[in-house]
Amino acid sequence: MIWNKAMECADRETMEAIQLRKLKETVKRVHTNVRPYRERMQALGVTPEDIQTLDDLKKLPFTTKTDMRDNYPYGLFASPLSEITRIHASSGTTGKPTVVGYTSRDLESWAECVARALTMAGGDNTSVVQVAYGYGLFTGGLGAHDGAQYMGASVIPMSSGNTQKQVMLMKDFRSTILCCTPSYALTIAEAVKKAGYGPDDIDLKAGVFGAEPWTPEMRAAIEKGLGIRAHDIYGLSEVMGPGVSCSCAEQNGMHIQEDFFIAEIIDPDTGEVLPEGEKGEIVFTTIGKEGIPLIRYRTRDICYLMRDKCKCGRTTARMSRVLGRSDDMLIIRGVNVFPSQVETVIAKFSELTMNYKIIVGRENNTDTFALQVELAEGLAIDNIRFVEELRKKVTHELRTLLGIGCEVKFLNEGTLPRSEGKAVRVEDTRNLSE
Amino acid sequence: MFIKQISVFLENENGRLKAFTKVLGDNDIDMKAICIADTIDFGILRCVVDDPEKAVKILKESGFTASITKVIAVSLDDTPGGMSNVLDLLEGADIGVDYVYSMLRESESTAMIIFKVSDPERAGKILTDAGIKLFCLDEL
Repeated sequence: MIWNKAMECADRETMEAIQLRKLKETVKRVHTNVRPYRERMQALGVTPEDIQTLDDLKKLPFTTKTDMRDNYPYGLFASPLSEITRIHASSGTTGKPTVVGYTSRDLESWAECVARALTMAGGDNTSVVQVAYGYGLFTGGLGAHDGAQYMGASVIPMSSGNTQKQVMLMKDFRSTILCCTPSYALTIAEAVKKAGYGPDDIDLKAGVFGAEPWTPEMRAAIEKGLGIRAHDIYGLSEVMGPGVSCSCAEQNGMHIQEDFFIAEIIDPDTGEVLPEGEKGEIVFTTIGKEGIPLIRYRTRDICYLMRDKCKCGRTTARMSRVLGRSDDMLIIRGVNVFPSQVETVIAKFSELTMNYKIIVGRENNTDTFALQVELAEGLAIDNIRFVEELRKKVTHELRTLLGIGCEVKFLNEGTLPRSEGKAVRVEDTRNLSE
Repeated sequence: MFIKQISVFLENENGRLKAFTKVLGDNDIDMKAICIADTIDFGILRCVVDDPEKAVKILKESGFTASITKVIAVSLDDTPGGMSNVLDLLEGADIGVDYVYSMLRESESTAMIIFKVSDPERAGKILTDAGIKLFCLDEL
């Protein structure tokens, strides 16, 4: 089934006409209501009238996470708070979160996008949707919830955690669609097995999983464990939340909701738009969004676009799975981690040097996070307690700043290889691009 | 009265201990006593050598986190209760013992025990006053 045939199966000319109309409105809106955008456009000598074709999008400046931080909390909002009916936020890099606001109409657009995604997963008004994303500032829980409700499904607002209960209610309430992060889906699959149930004992037919990168191997493990088809849903709170794109039954890329988002693939170093089909950073312009419209938002996610017609009948462009990041941000157990944050913690300790290495891997489908750091010269260590207490303090500081645990290991000074150019600070063996 | 022990941080990896001993050997430094406290991923090596200042200098140059720790080397009759007597004296003076290790001496009837204590100056005086012999480095 297709939720909105008119939009999802529109021919290219129709879609482009819709995009152009909504783009012009959006540019006008931010130029009028959002001072940072107006100033930046003025600096570039661009006016809303210069946007006459979709290609003119190139003339507009990019928006980055830094812009959102610099204008914390409401500086990029294009609607007054009287019209904002929901606020979400994502984890920030320096303690301050990235804040987004939605008007009632934005929430409806979002629900529309999620309803389209759930329909791709076979959902309809007879579905029982178990939402096991966290509810709160994170967009996952409420985003999936609103979309499932909009579609007319029976929604079970479980939130994340309490896995045994998730399994019990999944069986008793006969849930047909599960929404959560892929890693949590695996945990639930294990718990289902532990409870003595096989895939035939539960009614689950599909899962819509997102908010963290995952591999095809993980997908296979989830599909086997729960006896379902796993769909990949993509989104980021800055742009909207989950539902920006989602994979259909063909599982060949995620259909972008192009009447809400214009996608471009750029060279992350030069900012140039890359030819169709090339791999690069995906950039989104939200069209029709009122609360916080973003022009050319740099996601830092690396992928490529496909525009050939999908066998499912939808004509919207598809994006590949996220193959990597163009900045040094790591997503570890769903949490954003920048090496610079780790560095600020190390800098607090006179016992440590700035020679460190972050090692990220995956064991049993869970991310591992370790830090190797060299001890400062001239340190007098003659007992274990000194080292263990230092380790405890460093681990605690990291957990306080990042919100996740890290295995800290100390090395003698000079142990880590010295680089001659850009230091290799991160070793990520998770192989997401394969 | 004191002995300067060298303390070295070692990653718990194959070859680290060998690398340490090679640095000492290549520089003609003689080890008199050695003890390692280890955990899963690191160890602290404590060692008495004939030239601690030189040892720390060359170890640092070779990339080891090395430092000097003041300890006392106590001579004990190699008989039951010999060590208990020393610990009684230290406890009586409220001096904490962080760790001890022994050094074997060939053809002697006394044992030598290295003590790392909270207050080596006072401990040295109390033990000497009680007639217990402390070793100097050149006696080892």
